[in-house]
Amino acid sequence: MKSINTVKLTIQSLPENIALARVFVAAFIAQVDLTVDELEDIKVAVSEAVSNAIIHGYEQRGDQWVDIIVTRFDDYFEITVKDTGKGIENIEQAMEPTYSTDADRMGLGFVFMQSFMDEVAVTSEVNKGTSVTLRKYVAANQDAPN
Amino acid sequence: MLLNTVTMDGSLVVKVKGELDLLTAETFRNLVERELNRGRAQNLILDMEHVSFIDSSGLGVILGRYRRIREQGGTMAIVGVKPHVKRILELAGIMGIIKIYEETDQALADVN
Repeated sequence: MKSINTVKLTIQSLPENIALARVFVAAFIAQVDLTVDELEDIKVAVSEAVSNAIIHGYEQRGDQWVDIIVTRFDDYFEITVKDTGKGIENIEQAMEPTYSTDADRMGLGFVFMQSFMDEVAVTSEVNKGTSVTLRKYVAANQDAPN
Repeated sequence: MLLNTVTMDGSLVVKVKGELDLLTAETFRNLVERELNRGRAQNLILDMEHVSFIDSSGLGVILGRYRRIREQGGTMAIVGVKPHVKRILELAGIMGIIKIYEETDQALADVN
C-alpha cells in the first residue's frame, strides 16, 4: 500500500528524549480523528519501544542514536523504532511478560505495545540492532491530503 | 515531574505531578527511598492525581516501592488516578495488589 506521508525523528539515546519521541508521534497521528485514549495508548507504546532501545539495545549508553519513523498509509499508521545496539538473541523470550531481574523493572514493555497497538513486529540481529514496528489502524481517508 | 512529600501518622504521602517514565523513575525512586530510610513512615500513600503519563518504567518503580513497604510490614495505597493511568495500572495488575482511593484522607484512615 502506498504511503501518504512520512516523518522521521532521530534522537540521542538519552531518557530525556523519550517524552519528545512520544509527543512527536502523537502530534503526527493526531491529524486523524482518534480518541484521547487511543493517542495515550500510542504514546505508551512508543515510550516502551524507545525505552527498550535505550535500556536493552544500548545498555543505557547515551551516545548512540534511535530513529523514530512514522508513516501514514490510507487506513493505518506505522511507527518504526530502530536502534543499532546489541540486538535480541531470542525475540519470543524477550516479548514474554516476565518480572525482570531488576527489582524496579516489570518486563511489560512488549505487553503494553501489543495491548495498545493493532500489530507489533520485531526484527533483530545480534550486535547489529533492533527494529520494532507498531501499526495502528484508523478509518480510511480521514482528512487525507489529495 | 514535581514531587513533594509529607509524613503524617506513620505514613509517607508522596504527591507526583507530571510524567512517570524512564527519565523520572530514578528521581522518584531516590526521593521515596530517602524518605523511607528516615524510618518515620511505615506506610506509603502515592497521590497520582496529577500524573499525566505513566509507562512500564514508572510502574516498575511503584512496584519496587510496594515490595519495600510490604517487606517492612506496611501498607501502600494510591490516590486519585486519571482514567488513562488507571487503565495502565489495571493492565499491569497493580490494582489487584494496591488499593486505589479517591481522597488522601480516605487512604490515610484506611492504612492506619
